[in-house]
Amino acid sequence: MLLVELNDLEKSYGSVLALRKLTLTIPKGALFGLLGPNGSGKSTTLRILCTLLEPDSGTVVVAGENALTNPRNIRDRIGYVAQEVAIDKILTGRELLELHGELYHLRRNYRDKRIQEMIDRLDMTEWIDRRSGSYSGGMKRRLDLACGLLHEPELLVLDEPTVGLDIESRSKVWSLLRELHAEGTTILLSSHYLEEVDALSDQMAIIDSGKVIANGSPSELKKELGNNRVTLKVREFSNQVEAENVRKIIQGVNGLHDVFFNRAQGFSINFFADDSESLSTLRSQLNEAGYGIFSLSESRPSLDDVYLKATGITLMDAELEVSSKRDFKKEAKQSMR
Amino acid sequence: MNTTFSSSRPLNKQEIPINQFLQEVFALTKRLFLQLIRRPSTLIAGVLQPLIWLVLFGALFKNAPVDFLPGGMDYGKFLGAGIIVFTAFSGALNAGLPVMFDREFGFLNRLLVAPLQSRSSIVVSSIVYISTISLLQCFAIMSAAFFLGYGWPEEGGVLLVLLTLLILVFAVTALSLGLAFILPGHIELIAVIFVANLPLLFASTALVPISFMPAWLGWLAAINPLTFAIEPIRAAYSSSIGLGSVLIRAPYGDITGYECLLILIVLTIGLFFVIRPLLNRKLI
Repeated sequence: MLLVELNDLEKSYGSVLALRKLTLTIPKGALFGLLGPNGSGKSTTLRILCTLLEPDSGTVVVAGENALTNPRNIRDRIGYVAQEVAIDKILTGRELLELHGELYHLRRNYRDKRIQEMIDRLDMTEWIDRRSGSYSGGMKRRLDLACGLLHEPELLVLDEPTVGLDIESRSKVWSLLRELHAEGTTILLSSHYLEEVDALSDQMAIIDSGKVIANGSPSELKKELGNNRVTLKVREFSNQVEAENVRKIIQGVNGLHDVFFNRAQGFSINFFADDSESLSTLRSQLNEAGYGIFSLSESRPSLDDVYLKATGITLMDAELEVSSKRDFKKEAKQSMR
Repeated sequence: MNTTFSSSRPLNKQEIPINQFLQEVFALTKRLFLQLIRRPSTLIAGVLQPLIWLVLFGALFKNAPVDFLPGGMDYGKFLGAGIIVFTAFSGALNAGLPVMFDREFGFLNRLLVAPLQSRSSIVVSSIVYISTISLLQCFAIMSAAFFLGYGWPEEGGVLLVLLTLLILVFAVTALSLGLAFILPGHIELIAVIFVANLPLLFASTALVPISFMPAWLGWLAAINPLTFAIEPIRAAYSSSIGLGSVLIRAPYGDITGYECLLILIVLTIGLFFVIRPLLNRKLI
């Protein structure tokens, strides 16, 4: 059963097209990871789903209800944890949770019971009655999570939940998300950390330039790439001409496919091999063509490879490319209501 | 992190719409007051500043000619009404600032993703908060004016003062909240507040009567909403002037106390109608 159906979402900010006919479905009970570089449209998608933003066109359906015409019903079902932790520094953590409880119309007894559950569950006892202005990043994030969970939402939406967190806080957030998933809460999280999506999610989509370019479970997506990912260097530092020649040889071997260069690593050549026989064929063909092998390593395909295959560049390169073009001031204005 | 979640949600929620709305307004107002109690400097400055005005301006015009003011009124008494209105006005003009900061820091998004019965609870809580603060400040000024020997409103006058102030505070708060949603950031909002504040004070009858002003300034003062709030309050302080009497001798005609209040009410309702669609666009 599908809990979320986003169809053909389009959204632009002035002349910048943030979403281009984005379509995405999330099954009930999934821990769904939305992976993509910064600026790919992840936050815009989540903000539309949480009724903070209206799309220019397209439909949003949550649990069979149209979110664009019945936003209030949807807000009741969703817990949203935004990327920027907005906390009233003057209030204590407990007071912020109380405010949340009131805004979600919880009855007093139930509200207090839930707050206590959250405090215990997220280990906040020691500092919850201190003013939140003194909290560390990890504490703020945990408080923010507690706010999102207080009203027991069917769908928890987290925008980059572990950005800027220390390892301990990150592992706490991860284990909480796993527990919630096990209890049946549907979770949608966006991330530009491959390992986060890989470690947590059972379903995922890769989003790039405002549209979904790959969709499935992480293991399926990796499996589609073949058995092995191979990194080959014919010399320690190669060049493009040489790499192009080697690519032609690889492409001529049965069972080898999807060849990419990694410029940052001296034109190392990445490709996927369906079996080991094809690799031995490659070795002899390289030998015949007069190329030596400086290094050849095999590993299981990773999500980075899935991303590389879908977009033609690595996620890290995409991040670098995007970050040079981003206008953070403009983005801050866009997130303001 | 071992406890499990409890279930059976509906019974745990307030379901009646009006109760939901009141719950939201109460919670949001409580937040504003908690901020005030823990950071009282704005309130202290908000009381101190008008007191300083009262003492300094009172002293400055102490020796003004006796026929300078209507009915031979003492200047301190004359000034009191002006300072009370100016204080309430400045306070209400600042009402948009907390909302603007909530917008800028993303806290407003927190409110907007919640299933609020009506997002007007955000506006209503601001109005409740600012009105309470304004009335508190005004009582402080009225008491100070009393101890300075400038008198206390005549019988029923306190109610008139409260009513006039509330109408003014509603109007200006609505305006300020409207600005907080259309202007791009707090710098722009503060700029507008700066530009509006003092000129509106000087172009009103807060410090001197219209008869004392050059004709062009008299015109400005006679159409300045502050004047329509100042004069009824001034009447409340006087035993000889009632609401039925002419309070403003404007270049375009005489205006009684009742007419002053009517103009203020019409202005307030008008402002609400102008600002409502704007808030709706941002908040719905």
